[in-house]
Amino acid sequence: MTDEREIRQTLASALVEAAKSDDRIVVLDADLMSCHATKCFKEAFPDRFINVGIAEQNMIGIAAGLATMGKIPVAYSFAPFATRRCYDQIFISVAYSGLNVKIVGSEPGVAAEANGGTHMPFEDMAIMRAIPHMVCFEPTDATMMQKALPEILAYEGAVYIRMFRKKAEKVYDDSLSFKLGKAYRLREGNDVTLVASGIMVARALEAAEQLVQSGISARVVNACTWKPLDKQELTLAARETGAIVTLENHNVYGGLGSAVAELIVREYPVPIEMVGINDEFGQVGKNAYLSEIYGITTKDVVEAAKRVVLRKRA
Amino acid sequence: MDASEKKFLTAKARQLRDDAIETIGTFGVGHIGGVMSVMDALTVIYYQKANNLDPKNPKNPLRDRVVLSKGHAGPALYAVLADKGYFPREWLKTLNKNGTNLPSHCDMNKTPGIDMTAGSLGQGLSAAVGMALGAKLDKLPVTVYCIIGDGEAQEGQIWEASMFAGSHKLDNLIVMLDYNKMQLDGAVKDINDIAPVEDKWRSFGFYVQSIDGHDVEAISDAIDSAKASGRANMIILNTVKGRGASFAEAAANCHSMTITEEMWRKETGRYEA
Repeated sequence: MTDEREIRQTLASALVEAAKSDDRIVVLDADLMSCHATKCFKEAFPDRFINVGIAEQNMIGIAAGLATMGKIPVAYSFAPFATRRCYDQIFISVAYSGLNVKIVGSEPGVAAEANGGTHMPFEDMAIMRAIPHMVCFEPTDATMMQKALPEILAYEGAVYIRMFRKKAEKVYDDSLSFKLGKAYRLREGNDVTLVASGIMVARALEAAEQLVQSGISARVVNACTWKPLDKQELTLAARETGAIVTLENHNVYGGLGSAVAELIVREYPVPIEMVGINDEFGQVGKNAYLSEIYGITTKDVVEAAKRVVLRKRA
Repeated sequence: MDASEKKFLTAKARQLRDDAIETIGTFGVGHIGGVMSVMDALTVIYYQKANNLDPKNPKNPLRDRVVLSKGHAGPALYAVLADKGYFPREWLKTLNKNGTNLPSHCDMNKTPGIDMTAGSLGQGLSAAVGMALGAKLDKLPVTVYCIIGDGEAQEGQIWEASMFAGSHKLDNLIVMLDYNKMQLDGAVKDINDIAPVEDKWRSFGFYVQSIDGHDVEAISDAIDSAKASGRANMIILNTVKGRGASFAEAAANCHSMTITEEMWRKETGRYEA
């Protein structure tokens, strides 16, 4: 079921709410305010909304400077420009300097749709994950984004938020109790665990349902925090189900598949299949079309689950 | 500036040069050229102009901020901070050694009194802009000083930050360009000329002054004028790379040099153990 709320509007409204009682919060954007629905923040706190223009490197540097003054800057851009374009600024001025800056990169992976290859990051989490101590988080739906914000603001350190902007498939209701770094088990299963994030969580749930017909009992775990990964939940999944499929709207090189594999080979090695982008650039197209050509549909997940279960029994 | 103050600042800059020469010389190699060229500006900032600096409370929120964006001149700042008492003078002997708190490029998490980490050129000015904005948000009477290198001005981010500071009239920001005309591989004008610097920053909305960067009185007066300008400020420090270290001034290129014990002792006249 598609959510009633957009993630971007939910985050912007939640930031306005948080900023009412916390004057440290400052929002920055690089000429994409209209795409991020942050106009409400600008109207509520005109002095604390800084549109730097199309200059992401400067945006991150300004955010770092504001953080040294005790502010909590939240800097927005489309995901490739919020990460790749200003990577050294994030690495040195924010992370190496130990500063408390939150970075929001929107329209991850195939969600960039008609903006095409220049705007379609399949590597943002990989490069952000390579920065020491950087927390990397991908919300699943508006409810999770809303519940996550207070945790993210309370965390003293750099956080990257990989945000699908619009109405996602709704997965969570108000009963969600959110903790950064925790993976969420959404469905029990014994034969394989589908470890998913972002738009792939809904596909994992669909695939698990379809796998019942093939006699495969699939567990579904939402690894919304890619870094730090929830070692306990994922190791338990390996131990109890003996096989894993990772699902990501991202390149498997350096992405969630890599992250899970890095953990599992050390903790409890089991066969792993990776559903994700396989070393390709983006291109224009609708989400459904792109998902098909890159091989990240529900059907791809079902096939990967069957493959990994066979490998387990071999 | 009265004569006694000028004498004090000039002598202090000389002493700090000697401290920095000894610091780099003790390690054996370092960015002597750019360390020497900024020393007079740092002396005026730290010993005359900057407000609310307290070595016992280096994070005092009311302090003026100093961002040495040309982070490779760290040893110049270390000489100042040690002299001011931010950390023991003995630390100067540990420059770049294993486990030191004084790395070749400024690190705010290692060295008390450093306001911003720098070293990847072009980044410090944006951080200084953020500090100036932060001070304005909190209505703090804080001046942010940022020293950039001339070679550093080849980085695009310098111009992103300058465009923003100029268009937002950040009058609590004083940028200084250490215009020593040389960069690692040779003359700035030959590699990628940044001239005319006055016109460039003026066209970005800055109040621009161009002075002798080794004249403490001129630096002091320029800071006073900057504080009254109502705009973002650029003070072009016309400097000489290696100024005050004769072996560096004499070298064809003194960006980074090997400095022997004999060289630093001779230059500083410090022969005692």
